[in-house]
Amino acid sequence: MNVTLKIIKYEFSNILRSKWLIIYTLFFLAVSYSLFTFGGDSGKALVSLMNVIVIIIPLISIIFGTMYLYNSREFVETILCQPISRKALFIGVYLGTVIPLSLSFAAGVLIPFFLSGNYDEINTFLLLMVTGIFLTIIFTAAAFVIGLKNDDKVKGLGFAIFVWLLLAIVYDGIVLFVIYIFQDYPVENAVLALSILNPVDLGRILFLLNFDISALMGYTGALFQKFFSGNAGILVSSASLCIWSALLILWGLKSFDGKDF
Amino acid sequence: MNKILNKILVLLILLGGFFILDAREISVSKNGIVKTIKQALQLAENGDVIIIHEGYYAEGNIIVDKSVTLKGVNFPIIDGKGSGEVFTINSDFTSLYGLTIKNAGVSFIAENAAIRLNEVTGCKIIGNRFYNNFFSVYLSKSSNSIIKDNFIKSSGQRETNSGNGIHLWYCKDISIENNYIFGHRDGIYLEFVENAEIKKNYSKNNLRYGLHFMFSDRCVYTSNKFENNGAGVAVMYSKNVEMISNLFYNNWGPASFGILLKDITDSKIEHNRFVKNTSAIYIEGCNRISIKKNNFENNGWAIKLMANSSDNIFRENNFISNSFDLSTNSRSNFNTFEGNYWSEYSGYDLNKDGVGDVPHHPVRLFSIIVEQQQASLILLNSLFIKTLDIAESVIPSLTPEMLIDTKPMMKVLK
Repeated sequence: MNVTLKIIKYEFSNILRSKWLIIYTLFFLAVSYSLFTFGGDSGKALVSLMNVIVIIIPLISIIFGTMYLYNSREFVETILCQPISRKALFIGVYLGTVIPLSLSFAAGVLIPFFLSGNYDEINTFLLLMVTGIFLTIIFTAAAFVIGLKNDDKVKGLGFAIFVWLLLAIVYDGIVLFVIYIFQDYPVENAVLALSILNPVDLGRILFLLNFDISALMGYTGALFQKFFSGNAGILVSSASLCIWSALLILWGLKSFDGKDF
Repeated sequence: MNKILNKILVLLILLGGFFILDAREISVSKNGIVKTIKQALQLAENGDVIIIHEGYYAEGNIIVDKSVTLKGVNFPIIDGKGSGEVFTINSDFTSLYGLTIKNAGVSFIAENAAIRLNEVTGCKIIGNRFYNNFFSVYLSKSSNSIIKDNFIKSSGQRETNSGNGIHLWYCKDISIENNYIFGHRDGIYLEFVENAEIKKNYSKNNLRYGLHFMFSDRCVYTSNKFENNGAGVAVMYSKNVEMISNLFYNNWGPASFGILLKDITDSKIEHNRFVKNTSAIYIEGCNRISIKKNNFENNGWAIKLMANSSDNIFRENNFISNSFDLSTNSRSNFNTFEGNYWSEYSGYDLNKDGVGDVPHHPVRLFSIIVEQQQASLILLNSLFIKTLDIAESVIPSLTPEMLIDTKPMMKVLK
């Protein structure tokens, strides 16, 4: 544990020196500040911010994570010469990436939120924070898996972008396709299941329903609303996010354990 | 000479008698000579004023068949005790001021009202309070009457056992002004009414519609507020209706509308504000409506326009931050859109005349997808949908090609 902490500390100070992280923080600062200040009512600002978050966080996390893993390969190899367990090292490197990313996201949205001085939507804001952090955890883990599975940097980076495209854009196309193919059947539950499977969609929908968009959907909306606002919905959604995180982290750990550096 | 004097004297006496008759007041109070309203009505002649002092009066159904004025002092409470009607008015020129009328009975057979005007003319219902009545003010086959400054509140739970706040049936020339109506089935309900003027009313939290009218031609609705009603405002089968400067706010729910228009022709909807309604205006089978200078803000759908509507004109409206500005179920277009401001518009204005140089397509591809597949609304705000919308706006293939605003404004219209 001690070793892990030391590694986290090292990674932390290393990553904090990276200018990309500063740009990432500044980006969120700028976006949320302008949304909270010029966006009119804070609900609308939060919806817009969420739209940015569900696209940007996965993209940055997965690309930054992959790049970072490739760049710290020599460091990892050096450390592995020491009598340190691979598990501790992996967790150290992983957390050392996730924590600064999450912190810079949190700082980027928290400061403007407090500056705006409007705390009416604090619950929704917390939901936004939690979703953002979960997305960071999941997509950084995915980045590590990709980085460990591909030794070729270009291939790995390409694969990372592909995964992002798949989950952020193509997946919704597939959902729409499913809705059309099975339009003669009650597809609501299937669509619900599909959207829970994709963390990006899950974040977006959780947020949409919080803003009562469900009323637009008539019967379907009522069904979704009932599911997502009930305890079962929250349980299932958080379970989905946790399972995604756990699976990817474990997969990364396994790959790291068995990898021949 | 004597004869003439005599005649003048007789005339004077007659006139005097008339004046005395006209000015007669009957006082009703719990510790006075006349203790009940019914008793006062028996004593009264046409034209009398009955003053009802503060107190509690539960007299069952009070039938007014003389042209009297009933005036309350400090809002005396007239209780229907939950059975039958409270005031039934069968005589012309009857007025009621300053009364509190409670508990007209819920019935599945009779439409019991706190005040019912039955085939009368020239009546006034001004400044009364109504609580927990089945129907509050009910006019049937009446004309030239005024309903003003009333506070009407009910706490109906279900549509089936609750009645309307102000209910007009086969009426003419009625003015409904400055009333507050809460918690009824329909706030204001008009059927077969002509020339009514509905002004400055506030209709809120009603179970079904804030305002509901059918077969009511030449009516004018100005400066009313309709807020958080179960299904907003529904107007059907009428001609020459004017709806001006009203506010439609927060009529939000799976089957709610700001205004639902069905078979309305030759009407005006102008200077209204629609904020946070599921569908601000739903238009079906309507012709020649002028929809001008309205503000649509933060609605789910600003306008749902069905294909069986034609020759409607949408001009100088503001469409701001609606999830969908316009949706329709047809690829052709028989309506005119011109000079509106659309917050979704992304064109440019090279000659700086305030009018965008590229026409605006207000129908998004996604709104057509949603029209066909409700479940796909779950994809709202997703990047995939945005990509589709952009592709479609460049080369329209599914959205109505001709439905365009040729002169989209660059700035919000004041």
